[in-house]
Amino acid sequence: MTLVNIDAMTVQMGGTTALRNVDFSISKGEIVTVVGPNGSGKSTLMRAIIGAIAPNKGRITRSEGLRIGYVPQSLHIDPTLPITVRRFLSLPNRKPREEIETAMARVGADNLLDKQMFTLSGGQFQRTLLARALLEKPDLLILDEPTTGLDQPGSAAFYRLIEDIRTELGTAVLMVSHELHVVMSASDRVICLNGHVCCHGAPDVVASAPEYRALFGSGTQGALALYRHDHDHVHDHAEDHAHAG
Amino acid sequence: MLDDFLVRATLGGIGVAIAAAPLGCFVVWRRMAYFGDATSHAAILGIALALALNISVFTGALVIALVMALTVITLSDRGFAMDTLLGVTAHSALAVGLVAVSFLSGVRLDLMAYLFGDILAVGKSDLAVIWLGAALVLLLMVWRWSALLTATLNHGLASASGINPKREQVILTVSLAVVVAVAIKVVGVLLIVAMLIIPSAAARPLARNPESMAVIAGVIGALSAVLGLRASYLYDTPAGPSIVCVAAGLFLVSNILGRFRVA
Repeated sequence: MTLVNIDAMTVQMGGTTALRNVDFSISKGEIVTVVGPNGSGKSTLMRAIIGAIAPNKGRITRSEGLRIGYVPQSLHIDPTLPITVRRFLSLPNRKPREEIETAMARVGADNLLDKQMFTLSGGQFQRTLLARALLEKPDLLILDEPTTGLDQPGSAAFYRLIEDIRTELGTAVLMVSHELHVVMSASDRVICLNGHVCCHGAPDVVASAPEYRALFGSGTQGALALYRHDHDHVHDHAEDHAHAG
Repeated sequence: MLDDFLVRATLGGIGVAIAAAPLGCFVVWRRMAYFGDATSHAAILGIALALALNISVFTGALVIALVMALTVITLSDRGFAMDTLLGVTAHSALAVGLVAVSFLSGVRLDLMAYLFGDILAVGKSDLAVIWLGAALVLLLMVWRWSALLTATLNHGLASASGINPKREQVILTVSLAVVVAVAIKVVGVLLIVAMLIIPSAAARPLARNPESMAVIAGVIGALSAVLGLRASYLYDTPAGPSIVCVAAGLFLVSNILGRFRVA
């Protein structure tokens, strides 16, 4: 079942075109990852899907009664705003006490319930945000670079948690990530974005696409992608491409 | 009882303090202090226009404060730097207002009363306006509380829950304009923002959740109004500054208490 379908969407932000002619869809239980350089419209795409911005052209169709759990890219809570984790999880709607405790236990953070939000560490904060998203009983979980500010073991643990949740609850997951090695192992599909959809498909297919190599073919992350790719299969042409870049 | 001017002034002060408390918390959390300045300083222009056009001062101040606030929001959406924009508008509005007042030669105008509040000036009809305005703002705050709070935490979280952050911003702006308009008689335009911010800041060290911060701010604000007006009467000091001095004292006390509690 398709949860969200986007048809030829164009979004303009402050006079420039952030997304051009983008087609996209996500189905029940899928993990889809969006990769792309800075300013490629990844966050814009997420914001269009949650309904924070309206497309200038094209259309977004959401399945009837779709429930979205959203984990934003960054959330700064001002120390002038006192709020306990427990209260935060009940925003904007009150949630039953047991559900809150179950959700926090699910993300392994049930010891945090009575802490002030602004005292949490990066990892604790992301787990709390994930618990809040789970409390919405989502059909679709959207995570915008959820591991920004986490160290490598921390983000690896976080992605494992996401995969477990998908397996357990059958929730579709849409995430933006910079960590290409994670993308390769944890996603069903990858969309490579750069103002438009450069290429998309299964992770290994995308990894070997020339468009993807053109964007990520150099630097450490490119090397990781290449490393992973070498184990899968050999594409002489694509590899030459990468070396040249 | 309402025939006693001090009782009227005190009731007026409490009304303003109660309406200002939850709104003041949002002003603190969203770092809108300067925005509040721009809105309240513009009210002086509204007062001048109201006197020139012979309409009520409350209406003039409300309309101009609202126009000012909505202008600032619109301009900031178009990419003007917020602090510069507010620096320009807040002070220009005050200056233009003061110049406009000087043209009203035919009107005997006690400018000090509008800048710093006037304990003697709160009549029965003023009291009605203050309490109606305060009730309106309180109702808006209670009704939109969760949505406002979610939008304050993060626009994306709000949108994903079906809350429009722009709409919540407009609600805050309208509330701010109403509080500015009703508070002029009590604290004056120069110190309205102090009534919004100081009680909330004083409540912060004593609160663990947003709701308790708003309630404690209301208590501190009302206490400041009562004690400040009393002092103003006894020592013949201007009403607004006296109230703000008491609030500042309470701010010091609560923050020192807060330190001890943490330690």
